[in-house]
Amino acid sequence: MRYRIHHETAYDYASEVLHAHHILHLVPRPAPFQQCLEHTISVKPETFWRRDEIDAFGNVVTRIEFEQPHRRLEVVTQMEVEAHPRPKVFAAHTLPWERLCAELAYHGACPTRENLEACRFRHESPYVRVKQEFTDYAAECFPAGRPILECAQALMEKLHRELKYAPGETTVRTPVREVLKNRRGVCQDFSHLMIACLRSRGLAARYISGYLRAGPVRSAASSVSAAIGAGASHAWVAVYSPPYGWLEFDPTNNVFVGTGHVAVAWGRDFGDVSPLHGVILGGADHELKVSVDVESLTPS
Amino acid sequence: MIDKRVLLTGARSDASLATYDPDTRRYDELLDGDGCVRPHWLGLLQRLTADKTHDTARRALEVTRRLIVENGVAYNVYADPQGADRPWALDPLPLVISQEEWRGIEKGVIQRARVLEALLADLYGPQRLLAEGLVPPELPFGHPNFLWPCHGLVPQGASWLHVYAADLARAPDGRWWLLADRTQAPSGAGYALENRDIVEQVLPEAIRDLGVRRVREFFGEMRESLRSVCDDSANPLVVILTPGPFNETYFEHAYMARQLGLPLVEGQDLTVRNETVYLKTLGGLQRVHTIVRRLDDDFCDPVELRSDSALGVPGLISAIRAGKVVVTNALGTGVLESAAWLGFLPGIAERLIDEPLQIPSVATWWCGEKPALDYVLANLGRLVIKPAYPNQHFEPVFGRDIDAEAQAALTRRLSKRPYAYVAQEHVALSQAPVWRSTGTPNFAARAFTIRVYAIATAAGFRVLPGGLARVASDAATDVVSTQRGGGSKDIWVLSDGADKSAAPPARRLQVAIRPDDVPSRMVENLFWLGRYTVRCADNARLLRSTVRVRVDKDVWRHGVRICRALGVIAKNAQPAASARNDPDPFGIARDIKRIAWCASQVRSRLSARYWRAVVGLQRQVQEATASREEPREALERLALSLAALSGYAAEDMTHDDGWRLLRIGRRLERLQFIASLLAQHLTAPAATRQGQVEWLLDVCHSISIYRSRYFVAPRLGSALDLLVRDEHHPVALAFHCNSIGRDLGELAASLRITREKSVAEPIPEFTDGELLTLEGEDQEGYAARQALAVKLRALHISGADLSDRLSMRHFSHTGDTRSVWT
Repeated sequence: MRYRIHHETAYDYASEVLHAHHILHLVPRPAPFQQCLEHTISVKPETFWRRDEIDAFGNVVTRIEFEQPHRRLEVVTQMEVEAHPRPKVFAAHTLPWERLCAELAYHGACPTRENLEACRFRHESPYVRVKQEFTDYAAECFPAGRPILECAQALMEKLHRELKYAPGETTVRTPVREVLKNRRGVCQDFSHLMIACLRSRGLAARYISGYLRAGPVRSAASSVSAAIGAGASHAWVAVYSPPYGWLEFDPTNNVFVGTGHVAVAWGRDFGDVSPLHGVILGGADHELKVSVDVESLTPS
Repeated sequence: MIDKRVLLTGARSDASLATYDPDTRRYDELLDGDGCVRPHWLGLLQRLTADKTHDTARRALEVTRRLIVENGVAYNVYADPQGADRPWALDPLPLVISQEEWRGIEKGVIQRARVLEALLADLYGPQRLLAEGLVPPELPFGHPNFLWPCHGLVPQGASWLHVYAADLARAPDGRWWLLADRTQAPSGAGYALENRDIVEQVLPEAIRDLGVRRVREFFGEMRESLRSVCDDSANPLVVILTPGPFNETYFEHAYMARQLGLPLVEGQDLTVRNETVYLKTLGGLQRVHTIVRRLDDDFCDPVELRSDSALGVPGLISAIRAGKVVVTNALGTGVLESAAWLGFLPGIAERLIDEPLQIPSVATWWCGEKPALDYVLANLGRLVIKPAYPNQHFEPVFGRDIDAEAQAALTRRLSKRPYAYVAQEHVALSQAPVWRSTGTPNFAARAFTIRVYAIATAAGFRVLPGGLARVASDAATDVVSTQRGGGSKDIWVLSDGADKSAAPPARRLQVAIRPDDVPSRMVENLFWLGRYTVRCADNARLLRSTVRVRVDKDVWRHGVRICRALGVIAKNAQPAASARNDPDPFGIARDIKRIAWCASQVRSRLSARYWRAVVGLQRQVQEATASREEPREALERLALSLAALSGYAAEDMTHDDGWRLLRIGRRLERLQFIASLLAQHLTAPAATRQGQVEWLLDVCHSISIYRSRYFVAPRLGSALDLLVRDEHHPVALAFHCNSIGRDLGELAASLRITREKSVAEPIPEFTDGELLTLEGEDQEGYAARQALAVKLRALHISGADLSDRLSMRHFSHTGDTRSVWT
C-alpha cells in the first residue's frame, strides 16, 4: 500500500513565546515493512537552529529552536510511504510466555542480540510504571504455557472490551494507574496500559507512534468497524514474540497491525517518541490544533 | 585490660578513657583487641587527656556549637527557623587514620573510580559487558538514571566522573569494606571542609603538632581541574548548578560556590542558544563552559529528559552533544548508584582494567538471578533487603527485625519482581570515640562510616586526604544517616612528615568570579533584598515612633491614621499588632519572611554575619510574636538589626553591579516611603503642630540632626527643608535621587549600556518664603501643603515606574519555562 500523509500541528499562544526548544518525531523511521519515499517538514516561524539526528532507538529526530518572539507555531509534514504486507505468523510457534520471561531475565550467560535489544523495553520507563496491579489485571490473559502471541492478543481484546475510548478525558500526564482505575482514555492510554501489563510480567513491549488509515478495519475477532484514531497521530504496541521478533497490536482498534498502519517512531513510551514536544519561555496558555490526513495512493 | 590502657596513655586518673566502653563485637578504632590504645591515636589522646578537669572537652564542645551556629552550617538552609533548617551536628573529636592505612584506602578508591569510569564508558557506548553476559541488562535498563538520550555521547576527555565518593565501613575483621558508590553529584565534601575549618579552631595545637594532612588544597585542585576540563577557552566560565534553596544540601552548594569562587546558578539562570549554554547576567548572556551539577541526572534537561522538571536547562543535552559545554559529573552517571552493581564489580574490574578489585564490598546478592534469590529467601533473617532502583519507594528492611508474617510478605514481594531487590549481609560497623555532649564530656563509642572523595585531574584521580565521617546517633544504632539525625566528624589523616600536599600549589593570580558573571535572577533578588530590608526598617520605625507617642492622644491619632493610610497596618488594626501577628499581610513578620527568602536566594553572595543577622531577625520576630513584651522594645531591636544588615551590605559585599542594584533598591524604597509619608503628613489636619512634626522627624530618624541644625522646636517648614531638599542628609529625598542617578550612571558605564533614565518626577523645590507659607494655618498654607502633597505623590509613582523599568530591562528573561506536547 502506498500513502500520502499530511500532518499539521499548530500552537496558538495567548502571549508571546520568547524562546523555545522543540523536539520532533515526524519522519517515518526505516523498518523492514515500510519505506518512506519522500518527506518534507516545514516550520513557521523560521527556526533559529535546526538539526536532524537518529536517536538511541533508531528514530529520526529533528531538534529546532526559536529565538524570535512568536505567538503561533505551525509544523506541517508531508510524506509518501510504502507499507508492505507482513509475513504470516502462527501463534502456536511463538514461545510460551513464561519461557520468554525466563529467557529475557539475566542468567549469567551471553544473551542473543535480539533478546538483549528487547531488554531495553522490559522495564519501568517514565510513563509506564511496573506494578503488581497490572499483573493482576491481565492475569486471565496469561494462563500457564500459553504462547506469547495468544497472550498478547487476549490482552489486546480485553483492553478493547473493557476500556472506553474517551477523547479529551485524559492528558499526556495521566498516569497509567489512573487509566486502569477509570478504564477510559485514548490510543496513548490504551497502549501504555497494555505495555504496563506486559512489562509487569517481565515481557518486552514497545510504544509505537504513527498513523492509521481511515476507513473500515477488520478486528482480530474478524468484525469490521470504523478505524479509531485516524484523524490524529496514532499509537500502538509492539510485543517481543520470538521467533518472529516484534509483533504489533493496536489495542484501540483491536487489530493486528498491517498495511493500514504507518510507524513513525518507537521507544519505551510516549515520552521517547511524542510527535512534537517543546519547552517554551513565555506563551501563557495555548490552543493546539492537530490534523492528520492519510490518503491511499493504491487503488483498492 | 584497663591497666594497660592507663599505662599506655600515662593518664591514670583520666576518666574519659576509663569510662570508654566499646562494644566488643565491633572493631574499635581507638583500642586494640587487648584494650590498648592504638599507636596512631596516642598523640591526640595525650594532648586531650593531660587536662583532668575536662576543660578541653567542654571548651571544644562549646566552641564547636558556637561556630556551627555562627557559620550557619545547616543540613538544609532555608532560613526559616520553623522549617527544615537543622543545624549541622559535628563531634569535634576527629577520627584518626594512620598514613599507612590511608594509603590503602587511597589506592582502593582510585582504582574503583577507574573501574566505574570504564563501566560508564561501556554502558553509554558499545555495551560490551551486556553482550558478554557480565552485567545483567536489568541493572542499567531498569535504572531511572540510565539516560537513553545520553547513549553514544562521550563527554569531553572521556571523563564521566569528575568527583567520585565512596562510602566505606570497617568490618570486625579490621578491613575496610565498600558500602556504596556516589557517582552522580556526591555531596558532603563541602561539609568536610567546613568541619575541618571548625576543628582547626577547636584543636589548633593538636592539628599542627600531629602533622595532620591538609584538605583545603584539594579544593584548589578541584577548581583548577574544573577550569581545565573545558579546553576551548583561556578563561572559562564554570558554574555550579543547584536545584535551589529547598534542596537539603543547599548549604553545601552555596558553601562550595564560595570556596571555589564559582557562581551558584539555578536552571532558569541558564539558557541554551544554538547549542551553546549561556548565563543570563545583568550585562547580557555570558557563555558557560563548564557546569558542576548538583542536580539529579534526569532533571537536567526538560526537553530530552523529565519534562516535568522546572529545575533543569532546556536544550542542555544538545549543547553537550555539540561539545560546547562540559557537565560534571556527566549526565547519566547516577545509573551506578545502586547496590545491585556491587556483586558484579569484581568481574567488571577484571574485564575492564584487568585488575582484582582492592576494596571488597559488603556481601551483596542481586535477586534477579535465581540462585541468588533462593539463597536470599533462605537467609532472610540475617540479611538487609534494599531496593535495586532509587525510585522504588522501598525502605531497607532488616530481616532480623520483622516477624514471620512480614517475612512472608517480603518473600512474596521479592518473588514477584526479584530483579528490583538486593540483599546485603549485615555489617557490624566499627566504632570510634565521640565526646558525650551532655554531663561530663566522657568518651562514648559510636558506629560510623566514612565518605572518601576522589577528583579527576590531568594526572589521574586524586583522593582528598580526609573526608566526612558520619556517626550513628546512639550507641545501639547501626544505621548512619544525616537525614536521621546522626552526626559527623572530621577525619585526620596523619602524615609521616612528607606531606606533599602541605606545600601550597603554585597559584596563578586570577579573578574567580568575573564581575559580569552575576546571574540576573540573583541581581533581581539583591534588588528586592535591598527594597524589603528598607521597607521593614521604615515600617518598624514608623510603628515604633507611633507606639512611643501613645500618651499624646492627638499625635497618636495622627500617627495611627498615617500607619493605616500607608498600608503598614490594616484599616482597623493597632500598631502594636503588626509586630506580633504573623499571618497579618501587613505585618512586619511577612516582610521579614520576604527578606529571608531573597537572602536565601543570594546566599552565596552574602557574608557569614549577614546571613547570621537574617537568621537572627527571624528569631526576633518569632520571639516578639510569642512574648507579651512591650512592642516598642521589639520594634526597636528589629530596627537595630535591620540597620546592621544595611551596614554589612555596605561593608562586606563587593561593590559590583549586583551591589549597585541592591543599593538602588534601597534608595528607591526609601524615596518612595519618605515621599508618601510626607504626602500623608501634609494632608493631615494637624500637619503643622509641633508634636506631629516631632513625630514625623522621629519616624525619619532625624530628631537629633534637626536639633543640631535649627535650634528651634520642631516646625514643619524646617522639617521639610531637612527631609526634602538636603542633599547631604541620608533620609532626604534629594539625597536619594542623587544617589540613584549616580548608581544608574555607574551601572551603565560598567555594563557598557545606555543609562536608564532616573526618577522622572523632580524633587520639589521651594524658597524659604514658601517654606514659611507651608507652615501657615490659613487657607494659603493649607493649599500650599495640598499642592506639595500632589507633587510628592507623583514622585512616589515615578519611583515605582523606575522600579518597573529596571525589572523589564534587567530581569525580564528570568521567567519560568513550561512544557508543551502533542
